[in-house]
Amino acid sequence: MNFQPLWRYQDQLIEGVLITLALTLVAAIVGLVIGVAGAVALRGNFRPARMLVRSYIELFRNTPSLIQIFLIFFVLPSFGLKLPAFESAAVALSLYFGAYSVEIVRAGLDSIPKSQIEAGQCLGLTGWQVFRHIVLPPAMRNVYPAFTSQFVLLLLGTSLASQVAAGELFHVASFIESRTYRSFEVYAAICVIYFALVMAFKALFAVIDATAFRWPRRQ
Amino acid sequence: MRSFAFVDLVSLVTAVQWTVLLVVLALVFGAPLGLALATARISRHAPLRWAASGIIQLIQGVPLLGLLFFFYFGMPVFLGLQVPALIAVTVAYTLYTAGFLGDIWRGSLQAVKQAQWEAGACLGLSLTQQFFHIIGPQALRMATPPTVGFLVQLIKGTSLASIVGFVELARAGQVTSAATFQPLLTYSVVAAIYFALCLPLTLWSRSLEARLNGAR
Repeated sequence: MNFQPLWRYQDQLIEGVLITLALTLVAAIVGLVIGVAGAVALRGNFRPARMLVRSYIELFRNTPSLIQIFLIFFVLPSFGLKLPAFESAAVALSLYFGAYSVEIVRAGLDSIPKSQIEAGQCLGLTGWQVFRHIVLPPAMRNVYPAFTSQFVLLLLGTSLASQVAAGELFHVASFIESRTYRSFEVYAAICVIYFALVMAFKALFAVIDATAFRWPRRQ
Repeated sequence: MRSFAFVDLVSLVTAVQWTVLLVVLALVFGAPLGLALATARISRHAPLRWAASGIIQLIQGVPLLGLLFFFYFGMPVFLGLQVPALIAVTVAYTLYTAGFLGDIWRGSLQAVKQAQWEAGACLGLSLTQQFFHIIGPQALRMATPPTVGFLVQLIKGTSLASIVGFVELARAGQVTSAATFQPLLTYSVVAAIYFALCLPLTLWSRSLEARLNGAR
């Protein structure tokens, strides 16, 4: 066991981590926007929109993320839309994360009893005020745990982008391995880096949880 | 170059058996290990709890691809011996399954009220009897929907075995795509096959969950 040769690739590793983080954040933000839009459409009265969102969710949740990345990377060029590796992976992961986000956001909105919304309306609040002050805060607290664990899965899932050479952490690992032939050390080190990233995000999420959602829970 | 023919469809469908084999192996070895982790996680001995929790955190904090590469490329070099591909891949999927099922089942076991254990003790049942006759059946009901949900995750996860060169459904798709230059058609068929495998399980998991919530 010799981790020494890995140190030469410090810069590549740091860049890989940054690209992994960028990929994760882009997919998380775009996915969350998709999630909110999808959840609103699911609660709406427009039937075709509901069916569209439902099929989108089932389609993306029941096929492997890897195949989705391949489809977007290898297939879009034949329609004249050639996306670079990072962009392809970002689109694929956003759509994948979005499909899970719709369900998470919908569950959060559904967790607010109807009587609370009616109570808000009785107090003379407008539709927006009811949403902003009565639905949103508890809904956000309810979806927070599901969202954070899905975020961690997304962070780990970005490793699949290495298969289209998106330059993220796992791709860097394969590159170092091809140069040093130290497969044991390289993949052990890469797993440790991913683990450290996950732990850092979990700690951050715990801090946010403790500060943003402090009001008491109803038993 | 040739176009996508019936024979390609046949080769994709036959590749499903390897996907299924991986899932079965992962469950056969991973489920008992997961159960062991889950019970260790609720043990009254603190070191056991810490160890189990550490293992679960570690497995869930590392990409599945990392596990696969570590056991497929890394471990044989470290051990200095040839490890057959199937064994290396099975080890990775077993750990992955154990880590996630262990956490799911821990949650189900903890969701059974503490008083149920105490009631069992009052009736003079041993700890094992309490576990198998009182806590287990109740936890099982709660554990089924998320376990089936994880099964979908596992089926999709087996596609990663293609990356280390294991010929299952996703790998067969890559080969076919390269031979026919028809990635759209090939990957759509591959996606459709995965979809056909996963959707019934997703729907089943959802109906189980609905029934569970209705019962309470």
